[in-house]
Amino acid sequence: MTTAARTRLDSARTALSSACSEVVDATPADAVDGVPVGLVARPASTAEAAEVLRAAAVFGLVVVPRGRGTKTSWGRPPEQADLVVDLSRMSAVVEHAAGDLIVKTEAGALLADVQAAVGSAGQRLSLDEVVPGSSIGGTLATNTSGPGRVAVGTARDLLLGVTVVRADGVVAKAGGRVVKNVAGYDLGKLVIGSFGTLVIVTEAVFRLHPVPAARRVVSVSAGSPDDVQRLVQLVVHAQVVPAAVEVEWSGTGGGTVGVLLEGTAAGVEGRAAATIALLGGDAHATDELPAGWGRLPWADEPVAGRPTALKATFALSALSRVLAAGQAAAGAAGVQLHLRGSGGAGVLYGALPAGTDVAAVREVVGRLREACALAGGALVVLDGSPEVKAGMDTWGPVPAIDLMRRVKEQFDPERRLAPGRFVGGI
Amino acid sequence: MSGTHGTETTAGPVEGHVPPEATSATGEAGDNSAGMAAVTRVARATLSPNGVIDDPTELRTYECDGLAHYRVTPALVALPETTEQLAAVVRACSEHRVPFVARGSGTGLSGGALPRADGVLIVTSRMRTIREIRREDQRAVVDPGVINLDVTRAATPEGYYYAPDPSSQQICSIGGNLAENSGGAHCLKYGFTSNHVLGAELVTPQGDIVQLGGLAPDAPGYDLLGTVVGSEGTLGIATTTTVRLVRLPEEVRTLLAGFRSTDEAGAATSAIISAGVLPAAIEMMDALAIEAAEAAVHCNYPAGAGAVLVIELDGASAEVEHEYAQVERFCTENGAFELRLATDPAERALIWKGRKSAFAAVGRISPDYIVQDGVIPRTALPEVLRAIAALSSSSGVRVANVFHAGDGNLHPLVLFDDARPGAGRAAEEVSGAILDLCISHGGAITGEHGVGVDKAAYMPKMFTDDDLDTMQMVRCAFDPDNISNPGKVFPTPRLCGEVPGKRKHAHPLVEAGLADAF
Ligand SMILES: Cc1cc2nc3c(=O)[nH]c(=O)nc-3n(C[C@H](O)[C@H](O)[C@H](O)COP(=O)(O)OP(=O)(O)OC[C@H]3O[C@@H](n4cnc5c(N)ncnc54)[C@H](O)[C@@H]3O)c2cc1C
Repeated sequence: MTTAARTRLDSARTALSSACSEVVDATPADAVDGVPVGLVARPASTAEAAEVLRAAAVFGLVVVPRGRGTKTSWGRPPEQADLVVDLSRMSAVVEHAAGDLIVKTEAGALLADVQAAVGSAGQRLSLDEVVPGSSIGGTLATNTSGPGRVAVGTARDLLLGVTVVRADGVVAKAGGRVVKNVAGYDLGKLVIGSFGTLVIVTEAVFRLHPVPAARRVVSVSAGSPDDVQRLVQLVVHAQVVPAAVEVEWSGTGGGTVGVLLEGTAAGVEGRAAATIALLGGDAHATDELPAGWGRLPWADEPVAGRPTALKATFALSALSRVLAAGQAAAGAAGVQLHLRGSGGAGVLYGALPAGTDVAAVREVVGRLREACALAGGALVVLDGSPEVKAGMDTWGPVPAIDLMRRVKEQFDPERRLAPGRFVGGI
Repeated sequence: MSGTHGTETTAGPVEGHVPPEATSATGEAGDNSAGMAAVTRVARATLSPNGVIDDPTELRTYECDGLAHYRVTPALVALPETTEQLAAVVRACSEHRVPFVARGSGTGLSGGALPRADGVLIVTSRMRTIREIRREDQRAVVDPGVINLDVTRAATPEGYYYAPDPSSQQICSIGGNLAENSGGAHCLKYGFTSNHVLGAELVTPQGDIVQLGGLAPDAPGYDLLGTVVGSEGTLGIATTTTVRLVRLPEEVRTLLAGFRSTDEAGAATSAIISAGVLPAAIEMMDALAIEAAEAAVHCNYPAGAGAVLVIELDGASAEVEHEYAQVERFCTENGAFELRLATDPAERALIWKGRKSAFAAVGRISPDYIVQDGVIPRTALPEVLRAIAALSSSSGVRVANVFHAGDGNLHPLVLFDDARPGAGRAAEEVSGAILDLCISHGGAITGEHGVGVDKAAYMPKMFTDDDLDTMQMVRCAFDPDNISNPGKVFPTPRLCGEVPGKRKHAHPLVEAGLADAF
């Protein structure tokens, strides 16, 4: 850090400390994807967060928001990170209106705590916790989703209202706390998946669902990409109403299709039987979720090192082509590619082991990206080593990028929120 | 619509055609005749000869939407047949700073498609091609003017349907649905338009054609599509749209339950939802609405009912059977004195007929009425319904209630006779007071009909200046010149400052040498 930068931070610290009771020097552990951080502010309320951002604006600090820090390395490294605004003190489940099936939480609340709070009334927030320890804010910012998206969708289908703090420190809200509301623009949609580059979310309201009384998982093995697709198509066009249709495709070829059925005990029993008959082969039902269910495949890799984390999206009918492209590319490059995801939604996550040669990663990314693009989708490198990130276009081509830049320019004209982390260098 | 029976309006001033606060939306001050002439030339050069209307008599056909109370004759009507033609007209508008308003089928109930006297009305009714029914992908790709129900008709042979089902589904367009984020009776279980639109081609207010979302989910980048859905035509015009198709359920059961009072019906609704049962629909009608429907379509609802619920369960047979038993029990426990399960499609259709024709039916018992569209938390239903009844009796203004009980979306119909002096004003006061009730119960001023020109003045009751200012940032990003349906949704437009154009400099990432690797 230059002396000038150091001095600026020192003067900012005084202002920040009067805005927020917890402002500390950052440690190496606070680095954002390798980018060192100067200060960490931990506001306790929306009002404090707003004060912090106002002070940061005055001193021209580059700010990176953080929930619980489980996904700070996702996306590209920010160009700079003077100040991390850490929301972990804003961890309250503010209101659970069980009769209205809604919950209002602070952004730093752990998804698991929210589930525990609403679970006591037999309800759930239908967002799978695919990264253990995630906060609500981080889940929104990275738009993570899991198997359950087949039935209930993703954050965009569940978020009813948000309170945000803008880069200039202004607090704004959109939406509300009722399930139906078309008054004004739906800013919540813009915030979801924005990787902290637009605003800082401080509170969110979600719709909830009842926890079903019973569940069964029907699993069946599949020998080839075509086989996987055939099985998935059988299920989605049947009338068994699956809650999830998961695909597991190991690097060595061969995979599994898992169908989650949720509902009443008697209903699930009947639907499981129908699903087994439909899928044939070695299809069988269990009460327990299979090992690894809904876990991101790179979480299966050894903790040391940084595997490459991929997300592929595509039209449902292209499932076999995407699997085949992945298999062929991995074979050609001589690497292990493990794919897992929602075959019923058109999303697969992929993991390449840490230490995989960058050229090989690029090869796999290129081939998969081509297959996804042909199927109306995209391939994103969510995370990877510095070499991997430096060596390729991790976000890939993004239609409407000009319009996205204009949105960013409106919300954050000085590019002080996580600059460079998002698509097209936003 | 109410046809000859009455004027459907919502809470807008009743006397005079265009209320004073709406002038920013109507463009009476139009003085850009040179610009208009230039746009007309482009339209004539681009569209089919009968796709450009400037004859005053013909123009008047387009002077209002479903909220017939507001009327403005547009300067020009353009009926493009392709996205390119539409974009050419918009580009001309952008070049000459001429405002434009999109119109689908004109069934909107908030004046969203109210034309501008100084602008072009761009109508999508000649863009009605269903491009693809992609069964394998569970998607349909359709043009913006395609009628909602036609998507379902086209998908049904494949075993699929389009879930959002506004009561106007036989005439309203997919583009209008997208712009309003329309709902329907079955949104309780299946969600609104925003949950079912997965991609759209957007003609930006500059006339550029951009693709947002598509066949695959989770497009990288900001969810601009999610922002455009529900933006009431203020962020551009959506053309070819990709929607989700939903598998037809194995079984559907439709139940009609008669109660003595709306309190009982409300309690039954709460009991069902609290027990974790999620019906496809729970609709409520009160005594006055039942009376109207009975007179209009002879739906044979239970005699003497103070309220009825129409409850529909759908899904896998094994589940529906179980849920039905629960629903039946909750209705009985909460005072239902008659339960009628439709046993065949004809009976089901008759149950729904009463509900779906309720708006029009009210036109038979009152010469004029206002359709309100507020939302409250479902648990506040009994309390708010009692408060509405109290408002009605203290003011002497009759209010019929027909609504989506499952999600707390009220549609009070405020009845009046405009021929009686002061009646319109009194009705409007009641209608406004109902909205205030919704707001004070933590609800929303519109659940599905949109803000349009009609409720823009209510936005500050629900949102702070900062909230509205932040929303305006989105509009400034899309439409810095404020020409895309200006004056709608927001009470006071914001000046957008410097017009952001294409980037003049290389992106910082490129400058830093980082992007060269791509
Ligand atoms: C009898 C009746 C019953 C109704 N029931 C319901 C109901 O149950 N639920 C419900 O939600 N609504 C209902 N409505 C309201 C209305 O039908 C819906 O809002 C519908 O979506 C409007 O579609 P439209 O094609 O008629 O749009 P229009 O009225 O033509 O336009 C509506 C708005 O969308 C904009 N727009 C139109 N096309 C486009 C486009 N391609 N791109 C961008 N903007 C565009 C217009 O500028 C305008 O702001 C009902 C209306 C009537 C008359």
